[in-house]
Amino acid sequence: MTVKQLAAQAGLKILAGEGSLGREIESVYSCDLLSFVMGRAPADSAWVTVMGNVNAMAVALLADVACVVLAEGAAFDDDAKKKAEQNDIAVLWSEKPVFDAALDIHTRMAGA
Amino acid sequence: MSDTINLTYDVPGDDFTRAGEASSDVKGVLKKLGLSPQVVRKVAIAMYEGEINMVIHGGGGQITVEVTPDAVTMRLADHGPGIRDISLAMQEGWSTAPEEVRNLGFGAGMGLPNMKKYSDEMEVISEVGVGTTVNMKVYVA
Repeated sequence: MTVKQLAAQAGLKILAGEGSLGREIESVYSCDLLSFVMGRAPADSAWVTVMGNVNAMAVALLADVACVVLAEGAAFDDDAKKKAEQNDIAVLWSEKPVFDAALDIHTRMAGA
Repeated sequence: MSDTINLTYDVPGDDFTRAGEASSDVKGVLKKLGLSPQVVRKVAIAMYEGEINMVIHGGGGQITVEVTPDAVTMRLADHGPGIRDISLAMQEGWSTAPEEVRNLGFGAGMGLPNMKKYSDEMEVISEVGVGTTVNMKVYVA
């Protein structure tokens, strides 16, 4: 499933990273502690988090996740948006709680 | 053309909005060179953890990266307070990061363990009051 397909099917708002919407999502990962995410998020995963700051974007880029899914309607600040646009990091947005958002992605991937 | 590429970066201290710029740049260079995504990711993660440590603890410093056909070698040097007990700092979960750093999502005591996990060779040289240098190598082949 691509990031774009996920956004369309799950009704997630696309906040940034138009150029990366074609990336394939291979798994789902969720955590807010960036140090953990850095070491443990699988490459090509959909990373569900509430961290919408510039450091989270750096982590997304360097850990090479397929997309960031901001859950809980979390804020996406201007510095983060700028970094995401500069580096073409796909950022999706959901009002669902972290677990529900991650479960929804997992369910859709299993059904795809 | 030489087979060796050298890159140098100055990392500013205490600037969390810029932390990761050097690692992002290296990632871009390695991708352009056509290194495998696995190698690029290992270098990016190991270097970023080091870069963040330099910002949090070291007051900034300098990173040099040497890329050869065999390996990517990184040297991260700061003039910060140094590490009193390196073996303790290598333990997962051990951290001296201040509260504001933890609020950003860092300071979980995973930095050095992550660097060890993602590099193939790692050496930490530190002297209290003088600074810390971390040398890391990721094999290309």
